[in-house]
Amino acid sequence: MFSFQTFLDSFGPLFWAARYTLLISVLGIALGLVIGTLICAAALSRQIWLRRFAGLWVSFLRGVPLLVQLLLFYYLLPVIGIDVPAMVAAVVTVGICASAYISEIWRGAINALPKGQAEAATAIGMGPRDIWIRIILPQAVRLSLPALINELILLVKVSSLVSVVGILELTRASQAQAATTFRPLEVYLAAACIYLLINLFLAALGRYLEHRMAV
Amino acid sequence: MDWNIFQQYGPMLLRGFGLTILCWLLGTILGMALGLVIALIQRYAPRPVGWIMQAYIEIIRGTPFLVQLFVLYYGGPLIGLRLDALPAGILGLTLYGSPYFAEIFRSAFQAVPHGQIEAARAIGMTEATIVRRILLPVGLVSALPALVNFSIILTKETVILSIITVPELMYQTQRMSTETFRYLEANLALALFFWALVETISRFGRRLEKRITGYLIERT
Repeated sequence: MFSFQTFLDSFGPLFWAARYTLLISVLGIALGLVIGTLICAAALSRQIWLRRFAGLWVSFLRGVPLLVQLLLFYYLLPVIGIDVPAMVAAVVTVGICASAYISEIWRGAINALPKGQAEAATAIGMGPRDIWIRIILPQAVRLSLPALINELILLVKVSSLVSVVGILELTRASQAQAATTFRPLEVYLAAACIYLLINLFLAALGRYLEHRMAV
Repeated sequence: MDWNIFQQYGPMLLRGFGLTILCWLLGTILGMALGLVIALIQRYAPRPVGWIMQAYIEIIRGTPFLVQLFVLYYGGPLIGLRLDALPAGILGLTLYGSPYFAEIFRSAFQAVPHGQIEAARAIGMTEATIVRRILLPVGLVSALPALVNFSIILTKETVILSIITVPELMYQTQRMSTETFRYLEANLALALFFWALVETISRFGRRLEKRITGYLIERT
């Protein structure tokens, strides 16, 4: 039978482990923003080999399941002489994976801006740097905000996969909890509730920001 | 690096790949069917039923697939739902995909011009006929790109089934790498293989999408 008490008792320790879920997602999206911006710059560059590289990067990361990427990087890093804690490897993998999607989000937002604006700015004598900083980027950021919040929600869910390499985040903690209490149903349902709470909060935040930044 | 292991483990990997494709196809088809049913319920059922469906959509979309699988596979037996790994995996994929498919169908139905439906009512078509002759064919044309897209995303989700011990490609690869200690080769090969698979499927999907769209437009 469903034990409501176990269900409620699970929340305490699981909330504690959810810190790592949040940490991985937030650091992952921060790293993804940095790499994604660089990749997007490469995709929009005039150099053909830079564009090719960006295309390959995005296609590979979007074509390979994250679980496979995670294990690949996990085993690849020591071989090429980089010895980092599992947590760092996890954040880097999540960040690299997110960078492909974020670069596409940026590219979409930048392409959505009317070409005439940049041309008008050039006509009144603005340099390319000014055009980027004062005209293209502020609008692109506003346009891509909903998509970026969506990406963050995706990352919260995706972070459950790093439990496979042994990081004690929400999913891994629930596995441990389920093993000690012998009540997997209650414990996993509690974990699902916490994920749901986080994501509903993020979705609400996204709607608020979208509303705030609307013109 | 040692690639000989792939010869030795070839048949096992091939069987795993077959299972990956099976899970993907069944999960996609059943998920799409369930999604269609949900979208139709949301359109025609009374409000409270629609709310329940909306809650279902939010819950599935707000929780990780892995946790859903754990609830189903490890938690299921507690309420008498005793499934083997493979059926649990396929059921999990179906449930996971259905809300995304439902949302795709919902927005496609909304895109059907209202005038067409009113015109159909005016000439005395029943609601069932309207769904069959107008809503579905016209809606499908606009839904198709998104349907193909999400089906491709589902190929990648199948690897998560390995965690609940469905012996698909990822599971077999993991087994091979723990038996031979060739973790890097195994995972690298798996990554390249999936890359090629997803690229092929998306190319094929786009072509199929064009064919079906052409056919549907001709019919309507």
